[in-house]
Amino acid sequence: MFKGLQGALSSLGHRVIEGIWRIGAGARLFSYICFYLPEIFKRPRLIVREIFSTGVLSLLIIIVSAFFVGMVLGLQGYNTLQKYGSSESIGVLVALSLVRELGPVVTALLFAGRAGTAITAEIGLMKATEQLSAMEMMAVSPVARVIAPRFWAGVISMPILAALFSMVGVLGGYFVAVPIVGVDSGAFWSQMQASVDFRDDIVNGVMKSLVFGVVCTMIALFEGYDAPPTAEGVSRATTRTVVNSSLAVLGLDFILTALMIGA
Amino acid sequence: MSDNIVEIDNLSFGYKGRLLHKGINMVFPRGKVVAIMGGSGSGKTTLLRLIGGQLNPNVGEVRVDGDVVHKQSLDGLYQLRRKMGMLFQFGALFTDLSVYENVAFPIREHTDLPESMVRDFVMLKLNAVGLRGARNLMPTELSGGMARRVALARAVALDPQIIMYDEPFAGLDPISMGVVCNLIRSLNDALGATSIVVTHDVHETFTFVDYVYFVSGGVVVAEGTPEELTNSDKPFVHQFVHGEADGPVPFHYPAPDYKREVLRGHDV
Repeated sequence: MFKGLQGALSSLGHRVIEGIWRIGAGARLFSYICFYLPEIFKRPRLIVREIFSTGVLSLLIIIVSAFFVGMVLGLQGYNTLQKYGSSESIGVLVALSLVRELGPVVTALLFAGRAGTAITAEIGLMKATEQLSAMEMMAVSPVARVIAPRFWAGVISMPILAALFSMVGVLGGYFVAVPIVGVDSGAFWSQMQASVDFRDDIVNGVMKSLVFGVVCTMIALFEGYDAPPTAEGVSRATTRTVVNSSLAVLGLDFILTALMIGA
Repeated sequence: MSDNIVEIDNLSFGYKGRLLHKGINMVFPRGKVVAIMGGSGSGKTTLLRLIGGQLNPNVGEVRVDGDVVHKQSLDGLYQLRRKMGMLFQFGALFTDLSVYENVAFPIREHTDLPESMVRDFVMLKLNAVGLRGARNLMPTELSGGMARRVALARAVALDPQIIMYDEPFAGLDPISMGVVCNLIRSLNDALGATSIVVTHDVHETFTFVDYVYFVSGGVVVAEGTPEELTNSDKPFVHQFVHGEADGPVPFHYPAPDYKREVLRGHDV
C-alpha cells in the first residue's frame, strides 16, 4: 500500500513538474516571438501568406457554422420569447448572444480545430523532418521565420473571423426570424440597433477574440514546436492543441466575462 | 590561423544519465575531407550537432576557426554557423518551397543581392549537382538521391568553409551513391572547404576521404588514412571494415542469459 501511494505521489509530482516546465517553455517561446516582432515588419509577405493559411482557409467553416448557429438561435429565441409576448426582441437576443459570447467562443473553438491543428501538425512535421534544425544550421532562427509569422497571423485573423461569425450569425437569425416565422423586419433591426452597445458589447467581444487568438495560436505553436519528432509525438501534440485550446477558451471566457461585467 | 578549422578537445557529452561521448579528441585540418565512422547509435550525428552548436558538451570544448562554440552568444553562434553548411540525413528540404527556392533560401536570408544575381548563384549551385533542370520541381517530386543533391546545393549556397554531411549515403542506390561521393570530393576541392562526413558506409567512404576517425563506446577507437585502416589489425577496425557480425562490437544488445530467460517463462 505504501509503495502504491508513493508511486501515485511520484506520478503526481512528475506531472506537476512537467506542467510547470511546459508553462515556462511556452512563456519563453512567447518572449522570443515578441523579440522577433521587428523582423515581421521587414518581411510582411510571410504574415500575408500565413493569414491566408490560417484565416482565409478557415472562412468556409466559420461562415457555414455561423449561419447555422444564427438560425438555431433564431428558432430557439423565438420559441422562448413568444411565450412572453416579446418575439420582436429576437434581433436583440441573437445579436447579443453572438457578439458577446458565441461569436468569439465558437470562432475560437473552430479555429483551434481547423487552423490550430494545421499549425501544430505542420510545425511538428517540420521538426520531425529536421527542417527546423536545417534552418538553425543556416543561421536562420526558426522562431523568426516560422513561428512568429504564424503567431501574428493567428492574432490578426481571430477577431476578423469572430466579427464575420457574428455578422453571418445575425443574418442566419434574420433568415429564420423574419421570412420563416414572420417577425417584423423593422422591429428585428431597430431593437438590435437600440440595444447593442458599441463599447460594452462589440468592443468587449473583439477583446475576447483577441485574447483567444493569442491563446489558441500560442498553444498550437508551442505544441508543434515542443512535439517529439515522431509520428506518435505529432499526433499527440495535435490532439493536445484541440483539448488545451478548447479548455483555455472556455475557462478564459468565464474569467473575461466576469471581468467585463464587473467593469 | 590554425591549420585545423575544427578542433574537438576532451569532449564528453551525455543526456538522461547516459554518457554518449567520453573524452573525445579530434582535429579537422583545412581543405581535407574527414570521415567519422562508427556503428548506429555511436553518437556520430551528435558530434555534428556539437560542432554546429545545437548541443552543448558536458565537459571539454569544440573550437571552430578558433572560437569555442558553446561559449558563443546567439548572435555569435549564428555568425559561426554562416561558415558552415550541413547536409542532413534525408535532405531536410523545405517541403513548401520548390527546388529553386530551397537553394535560394540561405542566399535570400543572408544577402541583399538583386534577384538576377540570386538566380545566377542558384543556377550555379544546381548545375554543380546536376539538377539545374529540376529547379521547378517540388521536394515531394524528387527521388532520395535527387533530394540529397538539392540539399547539398543548398548547403553550399553561400560557399561555407566547413561542410558537414550526416549519413549522405543512407538509402541511396549505387549510382546515386557514386554521384554523391564524387560531389563531396569535388565540391570540397572546388570551394577550398573542409568536409566532415558522418557515415558507416566503409567502402564508398574510403574511396574519397583523406582521414578517418572510428568512434565506438563513446571514444575514438582508431584513426588514420583509409590505407592505414584497411591494413589495420585492430579487432574493432577489422570487424567494421570487413563487416563481420560479431567481434568487439557484439551482435546482441546486452541481455540476461537466453536459456534462463526462456526457462523463466513469459515474464518479459
